[in-house]
Amino acid sequence: MNWLYEPWNWYVAGPLIGLFVPLLLITTNKMLGLSSSFEHLCILILPQNRREMFKFNMQENGWKLSFMVGIGIGAFIVAQYMSPTPLHFLPEQYHTLQGYAKLFFGGILVGFGTRYANGCTSGHSIFGLSILQSSSLKATLAFFAGGLLYTFIATYL
Amino acid sequence: MKNLISIIYGTLFGIVLTKAEVVSWFRIQNMFQFKEWHMYLIIGSAVVVGAISMQIVQRLKLKALSGEALRFQGKKFHKGFIIGGMLFGFGWAITGACPGPIFAQIGAGEFPALFTLAGALTGAFLYHSLKDKLPH
Repeated sequence: MNWLYEPWNWYVAGPLIGLFVPLLLITTNKMLGLSSSFEHLCILILPQNRREMFKFNMQENGWKLSFMVGIGIGAFIVAQYMSPTPLHFLPEQYHTLQGYAKLFFGGILVGFGTRYANGCTSGHSIFGLSILQSSSLKATLAFFAGGLLYTFIATYL
Repeated sequence: MKNLISIIYGTLFGIVLTKAEVVSWFRIQNMFQFKEWHMYLIIGSAVVVGAISMQIVQRLKLKALSGEALRFQGKKFHKGFIIGGMLFGFGWAITGACPGPIFAQIGAGEFPALFTLAGALTGAFLYHSLKDKLPH
């Protein structure tokens, strides 16, 4: 049972992630993609008169928020029952006021960017590429161009 | 019932993401600094398995469990795919989280990720407030 406690290798995790594409499609007739759940949450929080502009398609995208809640539950299960030591996914510097501000700012870029690009790593880089879409390939290249550029600037300048 | 299925699938997905540590800021840093291949191999093998599965699904003309024809299509390209995509890339490098992993970080007890989530909702709101003025 050691495999349960150790981090999983790429050749286990990658294929499992890829299998969610046919699993979701065949059992629920939905396309994998998660970033529109941000809009769903916005609609739940905002007053009636501000909801219209989202044009949120509940029929197509309503399931994503439940899926996101599930992701949180899954991570909780791993942290509580499938890890020998406490998990640390964020560096020490993010556990400060300045760090919170940086995460909030970065979060704005994630929310704005994924909605502007009409998809994120799951919708474009996993699903879109799985159905061989050139638009999703361009989006994926833009994700990595942005990430590499920021990391280069933050590391060397 | 449909919500329950989504929660169960999400839970399984969350377990895989968390066990593979793709929800870790450190892994994302190592990816963008080319210090390890872990993330590239995960995304790459996920796409290979996804693409092969979809070829099989299409060649066998499989239907959804409900009996309906499968509904899937690509997204129409516009300038936002590049501009928004790069902005998301910056955010991904800063926070160490793409959308799904934000929820995983919170679930795993990394509560500063609540600020990432608050930011993401603000960002989605900003996009919809400004979208008529943005190039598409």
